[in-house]
Amino acid sequence: MKILVCISNVPDTTARISFTPDGKAFNTSGVQFIINPYDEIALTRALELKESLGGSVTVINVGKPDTEANIRKALAIGADDAIRVNADPSDAYFVASQIAHVAKTGGYDIILTGKESIDYNGSQVPGMIAELLGIPSVSVATKLTIDGTTATLEREIDGGKEIVTTPLPFVASAQKGMAEPRIPNMRGIMSARTKPLAVTEPQGSPAFTVNEKYELPPAKAACKMIPADNPAALIDLLHNEAKII
Amino acid sequence: MPVLVFAESIDGKFKKSAFEAVSYANETAKILGTTTTAISVGNITGDDLKQLGEYGASKILSVTDSRLNNFVNQAYASVIAQAAKDEGAEVVVLSNTYTGKAVAPRLAVKLQASLATGVIQLPSKGDKFTVKKKSFSGKALSEVVCNTPVKILSVAPNSFTIIKSPATPSITAYNPAIPDTDFRSVSGEIVKSSGKVSVTEAEIVVSAGRGMKGPENWGMVEELAAELGAATACSKPVADIGWRPHHEHVGQTGKAISPNLYIAIGISGAIQHLAGVNSSKVIVAINKDPEAPFFKAADYGIAGDAFEVVPKLIEAVKAFKASHH
Ligand SMILES: Cc1cc2nc3c(=O)[nH]c(=O)nc-3n(C[C@H](O)[C@H](O)[C@H](O)COP(=O)(O)OP(=O)(O)OC[C@H]3O[C@@H](n4cnc5c(N)ncnc54)[C@H](O)[C@@H]3O)c2cc1C
Ligand SMILES: Nc1ncnc2c1ncn2[C@@H]1O[C@H](COP(=O)(O)O)[C@@H](O)[C@H]1O
Repeated sequence: MKILVCISNVPDTTARISFTPDGKAFNTSGVQFIINPYDEIALTRALELKESLGGSVTVINVGKPDTEANIRKALAIGADDAIRVNADPSDAYFVASQIAHVAKTGGYDIILTGKESIDYNGSQVPGMIAELLGIPSVSVATKLTIDGTTATLEREIDGGKEIVTTPLPFVASAQKGMAEPRIPNMRGIMSARTKPLAVTEPQGSPAFTVNEKYELPPAKAACKMIPADNPAALIDLLHNEAKII
Repeated sequence: MPVLVFAESIDGKFKKSAFEAVSYANETAKILGTTTTAISVGNITGDDLKQLGEYGASKILSVTDSRLNNFVNQAYASVIAQAAKDEGAEVVVLSNTYTGKAVAPRLAVKLQASLATGVIQLPSKGDKFTVKKKSFSGKALSEVVCNTPVKILSVAPNSFTIIKSPATPSITAYNPAIPDTDFRSVSGEIVKSSGKVSVTEAEIVVSAGRGMKGPENWGMVEELAAELGAATACSKPVADIGWRPHHEHVGQTGKAISPNLYIAIGISGAIQHLAGVNSSKVIVAINKDPEAPFFKAADYGIAGDAFEVVPKLIEAVKAFKASHH
């Protein structure tokens, strides 16, 4: 089983989000970057499948050299090798094109991603990779099992879950539940240093969108406190002031 | 060049998010000086189809291919892409639901279109076509410029108010050819979660955390939710220890929701929890610790013991309902 896991580099979940004064760029100073949490879930499931079925796990990232610390972390967690496409991942279509290009000749049976990157929250890259390759895709999957050349997945839907079966190869995006992320151990960290990390230059491909401006959401007014012995006052405010019930 | 909107349905009925999407599409059409065409997939009665007219759709394409009775994202993308081409649509609108998320990226590749997901405002069309969306898990907003002739926008649920704009729609049966290779993945069984209202689409969500002490105390949480017609949710540790099912877990690593009203009971308000709920329109926090971080993110707060406050709140909701029906 050859598995490709797509990992993106995102600000830590507790990072304070701020932007340059002109609002044109994310302010990275003092921000620690991590592997997108959903991608870690995908990576762990890939490693579990490799352990039971054999094969290899390759991680791929479209990013500048500063993402290599996290690529090495993925190798430390257990991936066999890594590919970095040396480019700024500013547009989902551009990123998906780069990954699809690598996948076209890689002969992967499974391509796993996270359900979304926690910075731009696009949920775009996995479906685009699949469409570019002309293979099925299953989004927001909480379970993935393989039986021969068929995969069975559970995906979240409104009000429940859906069981989907698909032949290999396919793309799936991971949601919490698919696996419990692993912490790299000492041996992993040591061996990660010598595992192959190939750097390739991007293919010419258009970017369709530009994130042009950012702002912080309007600050909330101070919380209105209601006496604990009079919750009826809350209902009154929700009805007459917030007009929500 | 009409705006094309995919109106999602379930069990033969349109979802609320479909009406939001049609309203959004129709307001966009007004900005662009054009009309709105809606596309529906599934066996939906003529009367139900006409509902889309109330929100401004002047033409409705009704797809009834029985192979689409079970959702297959690849095939849905083919159908919508074909419709966009046949209609000459420059803007295609979907809902940013599980269905929309599964279809939109494939559609973007087929149409070589810009895709903005989870948009919360109408587009502005100056010299650039720009939309606003949430980013950084709701901690920021970004403006996305769409640089291609065709644009695909998926609307965040509950972020755009439904606007009535009655039109008398024409209804056309529309069944484009779909390649067999689109049906390689097969949707089998659907397992409905026990909750009556789906947490991602609910207008009101009642959520509780470790402050509830144990699963046996969730009766009052469920009762409050039932009285309000709300969905129930929970914090991560509560799902992790198995007090509540995982599908209720909201936050950074759970579901991201944006209901009109979010009531948090015995939840501290950690940043990862807030990441999934802070785009709710109104937030109420109930916590016995007056210094709990949640009060900083809330609109209304009650500092008190949930075991005393919630039963009183249930009585207050009952009294309110009795005097307002
Ligand atoms: C990478 C990462 C991702 C995470 N993702 C998520 C996520 O998606 N969702 C999430 O929820 N968490 C997430 N967390 C965990 C998060 O940091 C908090 O630990 C968690 O939200 C705390 O849950 P809680 O508020 O229920 O429990 P606690 O922090 O234990 O808080 C319980 C609260 O209940 C109050 N309380 C106690 N007794 C009563 C009473 N009788 N009446 C009223 N109030 C009472 C207390 O004052 C306290 O504020 C994540 C953490 C990490 C590191
Ligand atoms: N720059 C990138 N390099 C590699 N994989 C990526 C990149 N950006 C996104 N992905 C993958 O696509 C998933 C969804 O990302 P997004 O579409 O940006 O929400 C992520 O969870 C990653 O698995």
